[in-house]
Amino acid sequence: MSDSPLTATRAPSSGFSLFYYASPQTFFPLAGKLLWPTWIIAIGLTIAGLYTGFFIAPTDATQGDSYRIIFIHVPAAWMSMVIYLVMAFWCAVGLIFNTRLSFMMSSALAPTGALWAFIALWTGALWGKPTWGTYWVWDARLTSELILFFLYCGYMALQAAIDDPRRADRAGALIAIVGAINVPIIYFSVKWWNTLHQGASVSLTQSPSMASTMLTGMLLMALAAWAYTIGVALVRVRAIMIERERHTDWVRQLGNATAGGSKA
Amino acid sequence: MKPRQKRFALIAVGVIALAGAATLVLTAFEDNMVFFFTPSQVAAREAPQGRTFRIGGMVEEGSLQRGDDGTSVKFVVTDTAHKIPVTYSGALPDLFKEGKGVVAQGKLNDGGVFAASEVLAKHDENYMPPEAAHALEQAKKAQGTVVQ
Repeated sequence: MSDSPLTATRAPSSGFSLFYYASPQTFFPLAGKLLWPTWIIAIGLTIAGLYTGFFIAPTDATQGDSYRIIFIHVPAAWMSMVIYLVMAFWCAVGLIFNTRLSFMMSSALAPTGALWAFIALWTGALWGKPTWGTYWVWDARLTSELILFFLYCGYMALQAAIDDPRRADRAGALIAIVGAINVPIIYFSVKWWNTLHQGASVSLTQSPSMASTMLTGMLLMALAAWAYTIGVALVRVRAIMIERERHTDWVRQLGNATAGGSKA
Repeated sequence: MKPRQKRFALIAVGVIALAGAATLVLTAFEDNMVFFFTPSQVAAREAPQGRTFRIGGMVEEGSLQRGDDGTSVKFVVTDTAHKIPVTYSGALPDLFKEGKGVVAQGKLNDGGVFAASEVLAKHDENYMPPEAAHALEQAKKAQGTVVQ
């Protein structure tokens, strides 16, 4: 039982195994194949989500049309939290199993996570002004999300500051794993403390407190955000793989193959 | 124990310790992490005395009075248990409405009146089309008459 992944790695042709794709040289072509479908899904869902959100969903009784920023704000905020947890997961896997690819996945996700946190903060500010009457307040939800953005920046800065990739990975992993404690704090902040930010409209434990077309638009946009994140992370992880493994045989062969291909 | 099991245990223990530490810190800071005080907390003297703080609650129905100068307003903030009268001069946010959530920053004067320097609207997490809101209101009214 315990050595079945090993046998699968040794004999990939005997059947499909996720462990087969755990090394850069096998994952690289798979990531390449997944790219186009992911982009098409992302674009399709974005169009469907924006159309539902801006043309089908009704105006809100209290906020009028300004609530429509929710179609970008909530997916962005969700992604910023999910990506950080995924990064922490990959970093933990990397530390435990000493796998190269896990750390690369984490590094590939960080800029996109920071982007989503940035978007969540800005759309939140632009939403807050017409509804609350202010761009920013230091309540628990807003502050903890800002800390998340700084954690992403800190992770990227620390990794960039250390030349040895293995040491950079370990240092970054520390920020990713320690900082992950902030994610539940962001999520539950509106429950634990009184905040200006309202509670969750959609959660796993309660039925959503939104009209169904509004909810559909928001979920479509959330799925689009997932697809975009996966796509852009695949592009980035491919770049990181080539950069870090440039001295290995498989990257040289890849270079020869593409060079040969372009000549032909 | 294999090395990777050791590393797993180390990380697991680390994360659990960290979560414990965070819980302790957050519990200790709980009182300082509140964004606003409710009228009940103010009545129980939990709010800072003689210092600027925020109060939050509902704008009581029928309590909003606009001054002659056009900018000064008076209203009552309630959490259904206690009430605080508030004075404010300035522009109110668009979502400011009787029966809706509000957060006001200012000082409590000796007369028990809260002189606000900033008023923010707090909205809830419910999103619905105007027709649905109207229907809900009608249903609420109908229910009210039945009870009476």
